[in-house]
Amino acid sequence: MLRFLVRRIAQGILVLVLVTIAVYALFFAGSPRDIARRIAGRQATPEVVDRAYHRLGLDQPFYAQYRHFVWRLLHGDLGFDFYNGQPVTTVLKQAAPVTLSLAVGAAILWFILGVSTGVYSSVRPRSFIDRAFTASALFFYSIPVFVLGLTLIYFLFFRLTKAGHRWFPASGYVGLTTSVSQWALHLILPWLTLALISAAAYTRLSRSSMLEVLGEDYVRTARAKGLSEKRVILRHALRSALTPVVTQFGIDAASVIGGAILTETVFGLPGLGWESVHAIGNQNLPIIIGVVLISATAIVVANILVDMLYAVLDPRVRLS
Amino acid sequence: MSLLDVEDLSVSFHTPDGIVKAVRNVSFSLKEGTTVGIVGESGSGKSVMSQTIMGLTRGAQVSGKVVFDGRDMFTLKRDALQALRGSEIAMIFQDPLSSLHPYYRVGWQIVEAIRAHDKGLSKAKAHERAVELLGLVGIPQPQRRIDDFPHQFSGGMRQRVMIAMAISLNPKLLIADEPTTALDVTVQAQVLDVLKRIQREFGTAIMMITHDLGVIADMADDVIVMYAGTAMEKSGQHDMFYEHHHPYTEGLLESLPAYGDLRERLRPITGQPPSLINLPTGCPYHPRCPYVMDVCRTKVPPLRQVFGEGPHQSACWLPTDKEGRAAARAAVAAGTYSGATDARLTGDRT
Ligand SMILES: Nc1ncnc2c1ncn2[C@@H]1O[C@H](COP(=O)(O)OP(=O)(O)O)[C@@H](O)[C@H]1O
Ligand code: SF4
Ligand SMILES: [Mg+2]
Repeated sequence: MLRFLVRRIAQGILVLVLVTIAVYALFFAGSPRDIARRIAGRQATPEVVDRAYHRLGLDQPFYAQYRHFVWRLLHGDLGFDFYNGQPVTTVLKQAAPVTLSLAVGAAILWFILGVSTGVYSSVRPRSFIDRAFTASALFFYSIPVFVLGLTLIYFLFFRLTKAGHRWFPASGYVGLTTSVSQWALHLILPWLTLALISAAAYTRLSRSSMLEVLGEDYVRTARAKGLSEKRVILRHALRSALTPVVTQFGIDAASVIGGAILTETVFGLPGLGWESVHAIGNQNLPIIIGVVLISATAIVVANILVDMLYAVLDPRVRLS
Repeated sequence: MSLLDVEDLSVSFHTPDGIVKAVRNVSFSLKEGTTVGIVGESGSGKSVMSQTIMGLTRGAQVSGKVVFDGRDMFTLKRDALQALRGSEIAMIFQDPLSSLHPYYRVGWQIVEAIRAHDKGLSKAKAHERAVELLGLVGIPQPQRRIDDFPHQFSGGMRQRVMIAMAISLNPKLLIADEPTTALDVTVQAQVLDVLKRIQREFGTAIMMITHDLGVIADMADDVIVMYAGTAMEKSGQHDMFYEHHHPYTEGLLESLPAYGDLRERLRPITGQPPSLINLPTGCPYHPRCPYVMDVCRTKVPPLRQVFGEGPHQSACWLPTDKEGRAAARAAVAAGTYSGATDARLTGDRT
């Protein structure tokens, strides 16, 4: 098990190295002057381009540039945002908590929503409620993020506010440390948007996983032991049915930044997704590179966590 | 008084292909501390019947009556049924690996079973009892093995774990559904020994389901031979082997090297068991029966008392007296069997 984990971590590091090479090859190809101009941004003055040229060491050979790049990364230096005149890390440090708040809250919500509806459906397959859950899962699965987001804003902000109930703000973000209640209030609609769309897949996945497990011999044993139906479902069936769901969850939680881009844009949340949309508009490459590197790291780390979670969940993996 | 009375039990499933009549009109009773063997080819409804007795069959249409220890199992409230399952009636299954939860330690699973019924018992006490039970069923170093997971045991040891869990509350009835089928021969014998020892020590009644006549010879007091969901022959163990009446029982025995007549070749039963959706008319065994008569194709043979006084019944139109039955056998062996409904059934009637 330990060997397996060490191997997975080594693989993760290899993937990250490949990502840095790919990023480098993608963004730092061409003549040194071009690169400096590209990195410095669209509206950079010649002095800024000069600064970028020297900072990136573009006068040095290619491998030395790459070595510097990696060396700086290892020291937590993601580069310099010449457009805004501040280190990339400063920008991302402000944006990351927003995305993290959005992602973690939405993930918890969609996991609970998806699994509970899936379990309920599996216990009463083909019942009215099962069909209702299936239909709404399909509905939310196929609706685009911005449509759902705007619909929620329309009904839960616009119509409510017009009716004199200003329950939710339409957009913006308040830090967790500033005010917990304001933080949550600003995030409810974004959470709901992202969660409803992602939960759909979990409803289906947990339902089919549960239906499979409910036919297992050990579930029959649990019933034969005289356990209550609730205990049979939750302690025995769900325990095993969760394994594939958790795997999927790890994958989705890592790539939630993708879903966050649109959600953050719709709700004006200044997170990583919002920053990258703006960076693309301004051709602000250092920020984009920074977001790419952070997302890649998040995905690699999440995958390793999922593998570890596998071992926690399944003793057959842990003990082999 | 008997511990278990099954009266006219029928179980059917509605499937897209039609109605599967898995069990039809089975009746039997089981006395305390004795063993009834249920034998039949796979697909003959043994598992469905045993699980229905415990109320574990889902999505089935059930009729008839099951009375356990004076209580009607089909009218019991859900709580009462749960309280009874695992404590008064326990069950072990064919595949001990898939029947134990792969994610929980065996000790945890046994403790769970004990505490589901004995809620006042502390975890420590239940754990102690679980260790004791593992020792009782012959698992070496139970103190250490109790914290292992099912996949860390061998097949035979896993079945012992299942037995330990099943007997943890000292049930009056143990239903064993092919408990040795998945095990190799030497381990089979050991597991059966454990069951016999437990029966002797605690007076547990056992319903032993198997397709292996060797297990019947080893364990059963009474035997029910099932075919296509229904009882073909019911008798004591001795009669089943040496005084059987039903041609299907005879076929089962002859297909077995140790019990078949050694002067004859080993004869497997020809043909396939019938579809439970479209049962043959008349006797369900008639398409495969070497004794088939005209009446067999049209009229269902009821279970009738055969060979005099003893508790011995057979669902077959052949003569119910020993001489008549023997004559039929001799005629079939000699190739002179005419399939007439006449009493002596031979080609040259006398
Ligand atoms: N849930 C079910 N739905 C439909 N058919 C079933 C179901 N369970 C069992 N059967 C059918 O009932 C018949 C008897 O099965 P079973 O009792 O398992 O036989 P045995 O234990 O004697 O091998 C089989 O033909 C099987 O396919
Ligand atoms: S009733 Fe007829 S077909 Fe059926 S077992 Fe007896 S002889 Fe054979
Ligand atoms: Mg079976």
